[in-house]
Amino acid sequence: MKYFHLVWAALFRRKTRTILTLLSIIMAFLLFGLLDAVRTSFAQVGQSAAGAERLQTGSRLSFIQTLPQGLGAQIERVPGVKAVTYANWFGGAYQDPRQQVFSFAVSPNYIDMYPEIELDPAQRKAWEADLNGVVVGSALANKYGWKVGDKLPLMSQIYPNKEGSKNWSFTIDGILHSKDKSNAFLDGMVLLHWKNFDETTPYNRGMVGWYVSRVADVNDADRVAKAIDALSANSDHETKTMTEQAATANWMKQLADIGLITGSIMGAVFFTLLLLTGNTMMQAVRERTSELAVLKTIGFSNASVLGLVLAESLLLLIIGGVIGLGLVSILSPAITRGSGGVLNLPTVGASSWLLGVALMLAIGLVIGALPALRAMRLKIVDALAGR
Amino acid sequence: MKFLKSLLTLLVVVIGVAALIMLPWPALLALLVAFVLWLAFTRRGRQTASIAGIGVSTLAQRLGSSAVIVIGIAGVVGVLVAMLSMAQGYADTLRRTGGNDSAIVLRGSSAAEVSSVLTRDDAVVIAEAPGIARDDQGKPIVSRELVVAANLPQKNANDADDLGSVQLRGIGEEAWKLRPNARIIAGRKFQSGLHEVVVGKGAQRQFANLEPGATIKLGGQPWTIAGVFETDDALESEVWADVDVVGPMYRRGSSITSVFAKLTGADAFDGFKAALTSDPRLQVDVDTTLSYFGKQSEQISKVITIIGIVVGSIMAIGAIFGALNTMFAAVAARAREIATLRAIGFRGMPVVVAVMIETMLLALIGGALGGLVAWLVFNGFTASTMGGGVGQLTFAFKVTPALLWTGLKWALAIGFIGGLYPALRAARLPVTTALREL
Repeated sequence: MKYFHLVWAALFRRKTRTILTLLSIIMAFLLFGLLDAVRTSFAQVGQSAAGAERLQTGSRLSFIQTLPQGLGAQIERVPGVKAVTYANWFGGAYQDPRQQVFSFAVSPNYIDMYPEIELDPAQRKAWEADLNGVVVGSALANKYGWKVGDKLPLMSQIYPNKEGSKNWSFTIDGILHSKDKSNAFLDGMVLLHWKNFDETTPYNRGMVGWYVSRVADVNDADRVAKAIDALSANSDHETKTMTEQAATANWMKQLADIGLITGSIMGAVFFTLLLLTGNTMMQAVRERTSELAVLKTIGFSNASVLGLVLAESLLLLIIGGVIGLGLVSILSPAITRGSGGVLNLPTVGASSWLLGVALMLAIGLVIGALPALRAMRLKIVDALAGR
Repeated sequence: MKFLKSLLTLLVVVIGVAALIMLPWPALLALLVAFVLWLAFTRRGRQTASIAGIGVSTLAQRLGSSAVIVIGIAGVVGVLVAMLSMAQGYADTLRRTGGNDSAIVLRGSSAAEVSSVLTRDDAVVIAEAPGIARDDQGKPIVSRELVVAANLPQKNANDADDLGSVQLRGIGEEAWKLRPNARIIAGRKFQSGLHEVVVGKGAQRQFANLEPGATIKLGGQPWTIAGVFETDDALESEVWADVDVVGPMYRRGSSITSVFAKLTGADAFDGFKAALTSDPRLQVDVDTTLSYFGKQSEQISKVITIIGIVVGSIMAIGAIFGALNTMFAAVAARAREIATLRAIGFRGMPVVVAVMIETMLLALIGGALGGLVAWLVFNGFTASTMGGGVGQLTFAFKVTPALLWTGLKWALAIGFIGGLYPALRAARLPVTTALREL
């Protein structure tokens, strides 16, 4: 630590070069932070503590196939199941048929299954009393300027109502907030009453899209899932039950290989960065050959010269990396706010920081190694003579 | 004064980059030719050429620092081209699926086939519309189709219960005539009325055990795979079976999701559409298949393109700093040389242009290298997504010449910015100071 000023002075010996290199490093870590935030947010969907307790039961045939409503009562009787709720995909679109909103027709106790959802008790009461009411996520409400009491016209892409028209009209009774900001999905949905949906559309007739059940003991989830699937085995509505986490992971895997895409981009970025900063460090040490020789002459050991150069490259990477990741922490909430909840970039989490710092140290050591070894092996006589 | 100068430089940067990005290639080529002529036939030009010659010939000795520019820019261009080729491949796959001379009929205001419902009677009415092509026996080439999602075990899955979603399309007899590009590449077509399917080449790549002769479970019942087909478009990711067998199996009765019709020609579409939309018995949307499948890809390819450009821009900024760094160092190393040139009468302009030539040349090599790597690695690389519909869609990345050209333009733009400031510094350095510098 006592040599810190020496390292610092060496680093800013040529200000332009160091600042330009720093800016490159900042950019690389900015990109790393953004991509890693996206990657973790995809990986973490459904991985909440409450999510682990929930099982999703859908048709084994395909996700668009429905299940009979009577199955709910049977699932409820399976030992280990605490509560059951059900939902249907409504396929609503707002204003433009292509502008979809996540809208589900749900049973009354749906919200109880999701303790991460916050809904004002008075609003909840109003919603329960109003058959044609909906509750909407706060992100959607902000985006479109919806308020409690507004009429909400939604066009279902699948279901017509009694008059055969696909234009439905609801009353907004409440606004949902998700307690956990990382689970932004909950802030972007519209919930209507399943009873209203089932009675209004001639096409549903008591069918349910999927069941969500809460298990008493998380460790018992596998057995409960198998027991639920056994209820309908060999019937014409076989089910497949998975934990919420497994279901989401399966869905994400089919959506896109996010890990591969972000991984390859980051690979390209850091490979480039390695070369760029590596070259800078080589240059910096080459320029200072005689200075290093002087240091050795006045008694610095080989090891401490090695340490000085390594510290310099580590410092360079850490300053750049921390600024870059810090920028992400400032930028991503700004982007999220600026886009009105459409783009939801999570902030840099502890794991991203950890990975980032590990990368900074690794890259710093790799690019510092060669120049540092060179500096260590320097022969004083040769270096001073300029040979 | 200093402020004005830097403002001017910034203006040059903006104009230069804008010109690079906006101008079509013939205009850029003309500019290049004019530039080469200037180099060859004017006094200043020849001075520039000789200075640039010195710079370029010493590049090899500065391999490490030159590589920073080349690799830095190659990285940007490689990532950009790869991302854009993903969007391009996805959009192309869907666009290829449709044509101007065939039409798709869906229930009114259905965003996609899956959310549409038509009855058998609707299909009969639709088949009577004018403008539909007829086959040898005089039957209209119309296919009633029912699209549903089905779960199949995925390839490379951890356990047999790892199900993925595939689009199952029930097709009518005329479907094969309607899509002449659908060829059976193994086995045979399915027989109507039987529990037989043909699987697409793309679906075969994505799901386990889809070989001719094998039995799979769809809709809770066993089906025999009769053959494998290829279409070179989005339909290749599907599984096809007889519409009249699929319907009851998925409890859809005789209802269908869409009707496809082969038209007598692209000009017959307007008449076909007018006849159907004015028919009081129907409430339908009519579109050419080209426009329908094009629209399906719009959103996703837009998202991928935006991500590609954002990531590319951030990387580009990083690469600009790298290029600036290298060129500042190169100029500083040659400060005495440049000052000598100026002392014996060379003007500032040739010095600036010569440094720019050197940087742009390195940038060009970097751009070409990045494009080449992207092409070698990603052209034809297959990926799959669930983004567009209810089944996984496999598509191949497509690195087109237009994308490579875009990549090169980005490379040149980075080189332009990265070279301009060091070039100006080289020209502005007072001769006396520079000569004294060690």
